[in-house]
Amino acid sequence: MSATTLAGKRTRILGSAVVTWLVFAAALLLWELIAIGADSVYFPRMTAILGTAVDLLLSGPAWRLMLSDAVFEIVLPSLATALGAWAASAVLGIALGTALGRSDWAMDYCGTLISFLRSVPPVTLMPAFMVIFGIGVEMEIAAIVFSTLWPIVLNTVDGVRSVDEVKIDTARSLGTPRRYWIGMIVLPAAMPKIFAGLRLSLSIAILLMVVAEIVSGSGIGLQLSTTQSTVQYTEMWVWVLLLGVLGYALNSALLAVERLVLGWQPTRGDDA
Amino acid sequence: MPTMLEVSGLTHQYGQGERAHVAVRDLAFTIESGQLACIVGPSGCGKSTLLRCISGLIPATGGSVRLHGDEVSGVPGDLAVVFQDYSRSLFPWLTVAKNVEFPLRWQKVSKAERSQRAAEVLESVGLSGVGKKYPWQLSGGMQQRVSIARALVSRPALLLMDEPFASVDAQTRGELEDLTRRVQRDLGSTILLVTHDIDESVYLADRVLVLSKSPASIVADLTIDLPAERNQITTRESERFVSLRGEVARLLQSPQVQRPGEPDPATAESGPGTTTVETGDTAGTADTAEAAARS
Ligand SMILES: Nc1ncnc2c1ncn2[C@@H]1O[C@H](COP(=O)(O)OP(=O)(O)OP(=O)(O)O)[C@@H](O)[C@H]1O
Ligand SMILES: [Mg+2]
Repeated sequence: MSATTLAGKRTRILGSAVVTWLVFAAALLLWELIAIGADSVYFPRMTAILGTAVDLLLSGPAWRLMLSDAVFEIVLPSLATALGAWAASAVLGIALGTALGRSDWAMDYCGTLISFLRSVPPVTLMPAFMVIFGIGVEMEIAAIVFSTLWPIVLNTVDGVRSVDEVKIDTARSLGTPRRYWIGMIVLPAAMPKIFAGLRLSLSIAILLMVVAEIVSGSGIGLQLSTTQSTVQYTEMWVWVLLLGVLGYALNSALLAVERLVLGWQPTRGDDA
Repeated sequence: MPTMLEVSGLTHQYGQGERAHVAVRDLAFTIESGQLACIVGPSGCGKSTLLRCISGLIPATGGSVRLHGDEVSGVPGDLAVVFQDYSRSLFPWLTVAKNVEFPLRWQKVSKAERSQRAAEVLESVGLSGVGKKYPWQLSGGMQQRVSIARALVSRPALLLMDEPFASVDAQTRGELEDLTRRVQRDLGSTILLVTHDIDESVYLADRVLVLSKSPASIVADLTIDLPAERNQITTRESERFVSLRGEVARLLQSPQVQRPGEPDPATAESGPGTTTVETGDTAGTADTAEAAARS
C-alpha cells in the first residue's frame, strides 16, 4: 500500500471516530433539550445527570484518580462479581464444549438438553436461585454462570465440530500426537466461534449482574432500585448511564483481546 | 535400488451394500527409493483415494501397503503429504515459519534448531524472508511452496503429492514443477505425485503410472527416458516429450488392458523399451478419457 492511500485511510478512520463521538454528543444535547422542554422530574436534564455523576463517582482524592468511595464500594464489587462469574463460565464452557464437541455421541444425548437450558430465560430462574443459594453473592454468581455458560458451550461445540477436514488430514499426515491435537489444531480453529460466544455471554453477564443485584439488594442493582423508590431520579439515571458505559468499555476491551488473539484472521488483519 | 513403497492388491470401497462404491480395485506397483513417479488418471478415477490409503489416512478395505518393508497402518512417521488445496491445508493461525516448524514440534529438536531448519527449507523452496508473514498474505504459488517446505522439513522418506499444482496459474505451475524436480534431486527424496494432467506427468516424472477410469487400476507403467535436466520450453518441444505424451494420452483414451503374453499395441506404436504394461481386470472399454480430451 502506498503512503498516500495509507494516510488517506488513516484520515478516514480518524474522521469516522470524530463523527461517531459527534453523534454521541449530539444525542446528549438532544436529551438536554428535550428534558428542558419536558420539564419533568422523571426525565432530568443531561447536565444535571452528568453533574451528579461527577459528585457521586469522581469526587475522591487525587491520589485515587478522583474516584469516590462509591466506585470502590459499589461499582468495583459489582464488576468483580460479573467478570469473575463470566470468566469462570468461560473456562468451564470452553472445557465442556470441547469435550462435548470432540465426542461422537455426547451431543446426541446432551444437545437437546443444552438447547433447552439455553432457552430458559435466566431471569425467570431468579426465585429458584434464591431458594437454592440464599440471598447474597453466591446466588448472583450462580445466576450469572448459569446464564452465560450455555452460549459459550454451544459456540465451542460448533467451533470444535467445524474444523476444516483438509486441516485435519494435514495434521494427521504430519503425525500430530494426540496430546497436541486440542491445543494446536482444534482450539485455534474454533477460536473465532468461541469468541463470538464469549462476546454474547459478556453482555448477558452484565444484564444478569444487575437483575441479581436488584433481587439480592447489593451493588449497582441496589442503587438502581433504591434511587428509584426514593424518588432520586437524577441519581437513578446516573447508574443507568454508568451501566451503559461499563458495558461499552468491557465489550471494547474484549474486542481488543479478540483482535490480539485472532489477529491472524485475514479480514481482521486488513482493517485493524 | 531398494524398494521404498510396495502396493499390492490394494482395493478400496466406500460404503456398504447397495451404496458401495469401489474407488480402487486390485492395484499393484512398487516405487524405488529416489524415484519421482507420477500417477496420471482421469478425474474421479480414485487417485486421491489411492494416496489416502498409501498415507494411512484411511485404511484400505483390501490389499497391503508397505513402506520400506513395514506394513502401513496409521500414518507412518517418515511420510508427508502435500494437498492440492494449499489455502485449506496451511494453518491460518500460524505464521509461515511456524507452519513449517509444525511437524518438528513434537520431535526432539530444540527451538533454535527448529527455526533454523524452517529457515533453511524455506530458502530451498525459494521463500527466504517471508517467515513472519501469515499464509494468506502470500500468493497461491507461494502458499503451495510453504506447504512443500512444511512437508520436507522433517525429511520424509516418501513425499506424496495430490494434484499439488492444479490450483495455480500456468506460469507458477511451471516454476513449482521445476522446484519439485530440483528439491527431489537435492534431497534425494522419493516422490509419488498424482495428477490428471498428461503433460505435467511426463515433464515431471522418471516414471508414469497410467490409471484407468473408476475403479482405478493400472493400465501402463512407462519409464520416462527424458534427460534428467529439464526445461519448460525445450523439453516440452522435444520429439521424445511429444511422443511420450501422445502415448500417455492414447493409453488414457482407450485403456487396452494387457494380460501377460498378449501383444501390446502401445509399445508397438511408440518403440520398444518404454512401456511395460501391468495386469488389470477391467476390460478395455472405448470410453473417452476426460483428461486426454482436456489436454
Ligand atoms: N468419502 C467418500 N465416500 C464415498 N465415495 C467417495 C468418497 N471419496 C471419494 N469417493 C468416490 O470415489 C471415487 C474416487 O474418488 P477420488 O477422490 O479418489 O478420485 P480422484 O481421482 O482423486 O478425483 P479428482 O481428479 O477429482 O481429484 C469418486 O467416484 C468419488 O465419488
Ligand atoms: Mg483427487
